Amino acid sequence: MRIFAICIATLAALALAAEPQRPQPMRGGIEFQGPDIQALQADAFANPGSLWVARGAALWEERRGTAAMPCAGCHGKAAASMKGVAARYPKHDAEAGRVIDLEERINLCVTRNQKAPALAWESEPLLALTAHVAAQSNGARVEVAIDGPAAPMYERGRTLYFERQGQLNVACTHCHDGSWGRTLLNERMSQGHPADWPAYRLEWQSLGSLQRRLRACYYGVRAEMPPFGSPDLVALELYLGARAKGLAMSVPGVRR
Amino acid sequence: MLGRLQVPPSVRKGEVFEIRVLVQHPMETGFRRDMNGAAIPVNVVDRLACRVGGREVFRAELGTGIAANPYLVFTAVAEASGAVEIEWSDDRGERGQASAMLEVIPT
Repeated sequence: MRIFAICIATLAALALAAEPQRPQPMRGGIEFQGPDIQALQADAFANPGSLWVARGAALWEERRGTAAMPCAGCHGKAAASMKGVAARYPKHDAEAGRVIDLEERINLCVTRNQKAPALAWESEPLLALTAHVAAQSNGARVEVAIDGPAAPMYERGRTLYFERQGQLNVACTHCHDGSWGRTLLNERMSQGHPADWPAYRLEWQSLGSLQRRLRACYYGVRAEMPPFGSPDLVALELYLGARAKGLAMSVPGVRR
Repeated sequence: MLGRLQVPPSVRKGEVFEIRVLVQHPMETGFRRDMNGAAIPVNVVDRLACRVGGREVFRAELGTGIAANPYLVFTAVAEASGAVEIEWSDDRGERGQASAMLEVIPT
């Protein structure tokens, strides 16, 4: 009986260890922006990211590759088939045999089913398709799977999140758990949630992926930036997804 | 070039209504350099005009001080139902246009 109780306690501790540490209270990234940026994101017409969503909607219907298949050929109307999908990415893909993010998932479809060359990272068509697919999940709660085959990537992401990096020698946690809401230069530090990405960043004057934003963080702490599609970035995306569990998606976001 | 235009679905005759325009454009200032250090030539949307029912109601000459993906809001007085058309061109001579239907309710 006593051994049984210890087993239960150990299991509970393990389950607890698997859960990421979350800021309290949880606040979406847009809450750390000024009222002008908040108004811009909320305005479906003026939000500059809407240009990419509109382009993505057109690409969704466009025939591509030697298979001459549009996305709509298999998936039909994105509003129905893609609803809530982006909220579950990054996700372990059985065919790819690893954890992939939404951009990689779209590219898998492009190469595997449309038989077209993969879309380049941060290219207009990939950003547009990602934004269009992700926008169908607006309002859905972020919930990524971190058990089973995704567990090693989740652990990798968590390790990276707490690991000091770069010449400034800080980890993600120091800003986004320890100092959110405080001012860094002329910015308010957010909790680092991915629910509004891909987002339009005024600094970039363009829509950008979550990986581009993560690379900007690496640059910010003067660390070597991992290349796009690097397992490190995907692992971080997965950890951030698990950490943002329950936050409502709102794509495309707008950030300074 | 992709651009979007928004007008209210219907307005009363004589009413002042808002026209909103969002154009996707990099608005290169000519001061930036690419990865190899070569200057990127200036390329901005240099003019944008709006016609309501065939009559020009607004014209803008934009410069390098305007951010990428320019967003413009202006107003016009509703007189008769018809098409609201916008047309723009950039320094490279590329043109774009968008239109929307305006319904004017007689009073």
